Amino acid sequence: MPDTSFVRREMLAPQKPPAGQSGAVKWLRENLFSSPFNTILTIVGLWAVYSLVSGAAPWLLNGMWSPSSVDECREVLTNTLGEGATGACWGVVRTRWHQFMFGFYDQSAYWRPLLAFALLFVSLAPVLYFGLRSPSLMMVGGAGALLVLALWGVGTDSWHLALAFGVMVALAALAWVAPKRLLWVTLAFPATAYYLLWGGPVWGPIGVMVGFGVAYFVWHAAQVKIGVTPAAALGIALALVWWLMLQGKVTAVLAMAVPIELPAQSPDKFGGFLLSFIIGVSAISASLPLGILLALGRRSDMLLIKTLSVGFIEFVRGVPLITMLFTASLLLQYFLPPQTNFDLILRVIILVSLFASAYIAEVIRGGMASLPRGQQEAADALGLDYWQAQRLIIMPQALKVSIPGIVSSFISLFKDTTLVALVGLADPLVGITRIVRSDIYWKAAYWEPFVFVGAIFFIFCFSMSRYSMYLENKLKTDHR
Amino acid sequence: MAMISEAPKGDFRLSMLIYDTRYRSVTIQVIVLGLFILFVGWLLLNLQANLAAKDKDISFTFLWNRAGYDIGQQLIPYSSDDTHGRALFVGLLNTLVVAFFACIAATVIGVIAGVLRLSKNWLVGRLMTIYVEIFRNIPLLLWIILAFTVFSQAMPEAKDFKYTAEMVQQGIDPAHQKAIFGTTAFTNRGTFIPAPVVERPLGTITLLNVPISLTALAAIAILAASFWGNRRLLARAKAVQEETGLRPTIWWKSLLILLGPIVLFLLASGFHLDIPAFPTDENGVSKGFNFQGGINIGHSFMALFIALSIYHGTYVTEAVRAGILAISRGQTEAAFALGLRPNRTMSLIILPQALRVIIPPLISQYLNITKNTTLGMAISYLDLKGTLGGITLNQTGRELECMLLMMLIYLILSLTISLGMNIFNNSVKLKER
Repeated sequence: MPDTSFVRREMLAPQKPPAGQSGAVKWLRENLFSSPFNTILTIVGLWAVYSLVSGAAPWLLNGMWSPSSVDECREVLTNTLGEGATGACWGVVRTRWHQFMFGFYDQSAYWRPLLAFALLFVSLAPVLYFGLRSPSLMMVGGAGALLVLALWGVGTDSWHLALAFGVMVALAALAWVAPKRLLWVTLAFPATAYYLLWGGPVWGPIGVMVGFGVAYFVWHAAQVKIGVTPAAALGIALALVWWLMLQGKVTAVLAMAVPIELPAQSPDKFGGFLLSFIIGVSAISASLPLGILLALGRRSDMLLIKTLSVGFIEFVRGVPLITMLFTASLLLQYFLPPQTNFDLILRVIILVSLFASAYIAEVIRGGMASLPRGQQEAADALGLDYWQAQRLIIMPQALKVSIPGIVSSFISLFKDTTLVALVGLADPLVGITRIVRSDIYWKAAYWEPFVFVGAIFFIFCFSMSRYSMYLENKLKTDHR
Repeated sequence: MAMISEAPKGDFRLSMLIYDTRYRSVTIQVIVLGLFILFVGWLLLNLQANLAAKDKDISFTFLWNRAGYDIGQQLIPYSSDDTHGRALFVGLLNTLVVAFFACIAATVIGVIAGVLRLSKNWLVGRLMTIYVEIFRNIPLLLWIILAFTVFSQAMPEAKDFKYTAEMVQQGIDPAHQKAIFGTTAFTNRGTFIPAPVVERPLGTITLLNVPISLTALAAIAILAASFWGNRRLLARAKAVQEETGLRPTIWWKSLLILLGPIVLFLLASGFHLDIPAFPTDENGVSKGFNFQGGINIGHSFMALFIALSIYHGTYVTEAVRAGILAISRGQTEAAFALGLRPNRTMSLIILPQALRVIIPPLISQYLNITKNTTLGMAISYLDLKGTLGGITLNQTGRELECMLLMMLIYLILSLTISLGMNIFNNSVKLKER
């Protein structure tokens, strides 16, 4: 009888999984064809992709940059691709890009908004990375490099190119030597940007900043003696005295004595993305502190303050932005002293900031409500006063929680800057497009301006929302 | 031994108004009140001075003057001889009607896209993400103007829908056909949709110069009664189920109660749809220059409606997705452990909980849609902003009155919507004890 016992001495090599259970087939099966319903969805989706691509691809791929009118573009398309060929005429963007970007700003002065834009990033550096040397330096250096490239691209004369280069190198050196000192650039930014953009004597913006300086120093000196709130009130009162009574005379004298000035740009020259950015950035930076104050007011124990805050927030959230814009253009003049006349852009900025602050206040209130009561109680137990508790305990946590909401408010604010077209300002979407299309050569260019402006808005809004997601992840401290 | 120390009952000193926390809040409030009154007084003084300088006064009598302009889309009869007040009302109705339809469409789009975005299907999930990111990162104004351009530039002319004699002879169809089962025609002169018509109407009553169709009122009353009856039926079925553990079969009763009365009523009143078409002769050759019958909807309404629903649909999508993701997996697993089928799990366990998370952002989207109807101004949609805040304002030159009235109306509208939705929210939210 043969010995049939068998002992396996070595392992068999593992078999490969069946073809349907691995690789692309498995992925397709699981992700696209897992059930009859999913298969139908996949087919519908493929059809949608196909019809979108087949509709848009020829138009995009046949796009022409060189022809300088729609008729010429169509002619070239017909000659090269045959009758009925469609294609984008990007010539409108090539010949008119400066209007989409800067409106009717003087071409020789393009270095001013560009420098202001670069300074914006420099002044953001200490806000984002306070006191950190290498990220600050990278931000300043990057902004400087892009600035020089952009200035060279718009054909700035060499003197201003050198000036801008020098400013950026000096700021980069500052970022390397003392990154904390960059905060001074941030504080001076509003006046600097106003001076660069609007022009005129340098003393007006400086005078306004002096008012803020007065308010700060009075507050700083007096808060130990009389407490935070009364000191702030005193500081603001003195600053108001300076602004309303003294500043005009002092700056007039200084402007006569030391005439440092840039050529003034009249307000109707602002337009395009320059206008969107001016309104967006100033309204965003003004509405955040206002929103924080309103949120604190709404959670205050004091009945009157609470009522006023609630009334303001609910009123502003109840009316459309357009009514606020029309208030700026039609109504504001009724409520200001007679013969007060200031720029529509500034009026719009003020009302858009007020509008956005109500929404931000609600977002921050949500963040504050999400904190456990124990935080406030612990701050009280430590003996912190109201402002210390808010500044050191409540706000850092509440703001962190509300980052997504704040950023989405900022995104919608930036998108809403297009609405200023309805009060007659030249925003990139409606105002500039209308002006460009009134040109006989570009009358028939329907889609190209939309695609161009829409793409730029998309890039900015999308990157803002991605940045907020990144920030949210980075600041998340709970362990889940 | 612990000692409870009372606050010292010393004399009241003036400095205690600032340093003593018992009095400080009163001091601050009094100062704020004073400043507020000063501020309002300053505004009013300026207003008075400005009005005097321009030789104007504040009066709302212009609302009873002749308007003298036409409104393309009117839900109640209006002519240019009517008053500014009536024009305001027509505009308000236009605002409401576009907001109403856009809210419904945005909800439908948002729910479908939100569920699809979470589906296991990779392709569909990605497509929905692209939809959301593209539409919500580009200003609404662009979508409105783009939709309007599509409607006014890319739509065929009405004559392209006509059958000419040659076409009938050769048996070929015209260049364009009506969409949606041959009922709706998208032309460059507007969108023609079927009109509901009743042959034997019950008549109309006129309330405040607004004619109201009794047939429509009766239909609404019948529907309301049917819904109430259906609720009673469901409640009774639930009671039976609680008592005996068996749920009686009621779907056909429910269907009968819901549909029976209204179908009977519509049949009795001779209801049918009036489909827009070219009049034809005996050979089938089209005559005339435009569609006859049906309802012609202007481009501005269609563009505003489509842009609002697609744009705000993305926000609803995100709200729905967040709501479903907020429900922990344990809920589904527990429902399966109890032996509930996937459908019942969705309707009994997941949805009621997800709805609590979805409704608050949905409310704010409805408010945003209502407020964003004002953007119709860019494409000359005559809503409240277009009539009261647009043409009336320009004709009468009464900026102050028109703007204040308009803000007040929008405020009331917003508060009403949020009040109604909050009541609904309270009825579905978690009852905490």
